[in-house]
Amino acid sequence: MRPTASRLLNILVPVKRTIDYAVKIRVNPDQKGVDLNVKHSMNPFDEIAVEEAVRLREKLKDAVKSIKVVTIGGTKSQETLRTALAMGADSGIHVSLADSDPTPEPLGVAKALRAVIEREKAKTPVDLVILGKQAIDDDSSQTGQMLAGLLNWPQATFASKLVVDAEKKEANVTREIDGGLEELKCRLPLVVTTDLRLNEPRYASLPNIMKAKKKPIEKITPADLGVDLAPRLETLKVAEPPKRVGGGKVENVDQLIEKLKEAGITAVKA
Amino acid sequence: MLRTAARSLKTNPIARTWAVMPRAARTFSRSSVVSSQAVLNSLDTFTDEEQMLRETVQKFAQDVIAPRVRDMDENEMMDPAVIKGLFEAGLMGIETSSELGGAEASFTSAIIAIEELAKVDPSVSVLCDVHNTLVNTVIRKYGSKEQQEQWLPKLSESSLGSFCLSESVSGSDAFALQTRAKKDGDHWIINGSKMWITNSYEAETFLIFANTDPSKGYRGITCFIATKDMGVQIAKKEQKLGIRASSTCSLNFDDLKIPAENVIGEVGKGYKIAIEILNEGRIGIAAQMIGLAQGAFDKAVPYTYQRTQFGQPVGTFQGMAFQIAQAAIDIETARLLTYNAARRKEEGKDFTREAAMAKYWSSVVAQKVSGSAIEWAGGVGFTRETGIEKYWRDSKIGAIYEGTSNIQLQTIAKFVQKQYS
Repeated sequence: MRPTASRLLNILVPVKRTIDYAVKIRVNPDQKGVDLNVKHSMNPFDEIAVEEAVRLREKLKDAVKSIKVVTIGGTKSQETLRTALAMGADSGIHVSLADSDPTPEPLGVAKALRAVIEREKAKTPVDLVILGKQAIDDDSSQTGQMLAGLLNWPQATFASKLVVDAEKKEANVTREIDGGLEELKCRLPLVVTTDLRLNEPRYASLPNIMKAKKKPIEKITPADLGVDLAPRLETLKVAEPPKRVGGGKVENVDQLIEKLKEAGITAVKA
Repeated sequence: MLRTAARSLKTNPIARTWAVMPRAARTFSRSSVVSSQAVLNSLDTFTDEEQMLRETVQKFAQDVIAPRVRDMDENEMMDPAVIKGLFEAGLMGIETSSELGGAEASFTSAIIAIEELAKVDPSVSVLCDVHNTLVNTVIRKYGSKEQQEQWLPKLSESSLGSFCLSESVSGSDAFALQTRAKKDGDHWIINGSKMWITNSYEAETFLIFANTDPSKGYRGITCFIATKDMGVQIAKKEQKLGIRASSTCSLNFDDLKIPAENVIGEVGKGYKIAIEILNEGRIGIAAQMIGLAQGAFDKAVPYTYQRTQFGQPVGTFQGMAFQIAQAAIDIETARLLTYNAARRKEEGKDFTREAAMAKYWSSVVAQKVSGSAIEWAGGVGFTRETGIEKYWRDSKIGAIYEGTSNIQLQTIAKFVQKQYS
């Protein structure tokens, strides 16, 4: 049975351009930040998010009406959008910042995303937002949760499995939590954040890279969204973790307990 | 001196003008159409698509090829998963039009893919190079519309191609080939053998050069396209010093029957196809060699900053630092030659001389840099485990195939002679 218009899904995937995971991070001499003159690429958890959206379309076929990707950043962020388009997204929105602007913070991003979703309501109401669980530069793990809170939508974070029923507008999400795995049944619209084991992202094949050229990217500003992205946090200092010093060997458990007491790591005083 | 220079600028179509364009022009994407207002960019300017392709191939090479390199080399066998991966990534129809299943990308895109693959495994790189720059291009350039529609989709999707020109009696003297083709009704019967054929062990599609009329000398050479199941026999597989995972076999044709419509281009015009296509193929090999050099460099140099002796990283000793700097210069020169030749081709300019220079010099640099890389890594560089020595073994073929270094020098010398005498 052909899905009717009210059952077609619109998926939004926010993506972030971060320092590539393989780069060796160097702290700047002023100790206020890290060297950004290195290779950047899409946040790995966001790649997983884009991949999941594309796989949903492969599974649900016509039931997925659109996959839109959005990013907030300077001119180079467009490359990240193009990568997502090459992976299978349909169109992109670039919320453009000046290259000298600071990276927006999770709350600012969540507010901007809420504004984007408001904006899209008329033509392509968003049913599912899939985000990476955290960005590998700040490891905040806040944006998805904050967005769900602002929208008053349900959230299923750290997803390792996502099954969507477009007809019923429901989703079954398996979450990775400390105790193991948790399964949630959620109603759409829904915010999902991806964890590592959700999927393995595809390579953008060369034909898809070439096709991505023709896919539209809309450029807007934070002002268009009515959002203030000024940072609320001030970075005082950035430093490398202390260098590892060699450990020591102990002969038996008693010695181990002695050492732990000496280091003050037990509740029992030495 | 000035007059000869002025004369050469007027008559020599390959002279360049030197001008500096404002920064804004650098972001102008390169099209294959030659505009009347030349856009001048530095040779390391690439379109967004070319840049994305580079990153995709890098990722692919790291994830799919890198874990298999050692085994493929030790076993002298290409892993089918690699070939499948190349097809799935769309890297086997780079310049083919999208309606025929290709990526419709630029020639430079193919060069980028070949370079990036070679950084990880030159064997995989040459497989991709031969398939794209020789087999696909011959059909695209010289094939009829029907032939393109018949063959290019398969070649983009799943069928590996092989280019069969050389024989035991004819290498540099390619036109001395002895394989014969005799017309028999609406078929050609081919008899003879080929040697040193890359990809032949895994290939399904073969471009075969045979002489239909030896009395006409090289003007009888004709290009045929055949599939393995028509009866192409794969004979001896060579055991080689390097690029061991790339199959290099002898082929036998024993009354091989090929339909008449499988002649590519015109009967007796195969020699032209061979010359022109190997011209382009040279840039591909140059790309393979610079990738190889870079791969060896990238493996050995970080090691030199970790390995300490006498209280400091060995890479920081001035002697070592100077060698490393010189290798970096060599790679840069070879890279610029290669990309310039590629862009000249895209612009529709003459590029024979530049392609010969690029191929020759890149093979020299590959050998030099990979050899140094072994020495920089010391004993560890000499063991097969780190994969550094493999680059040196792989580099040797650069001076030999697709036109020996002496042939390249002869080509370049002829240009100089024409210009100056």
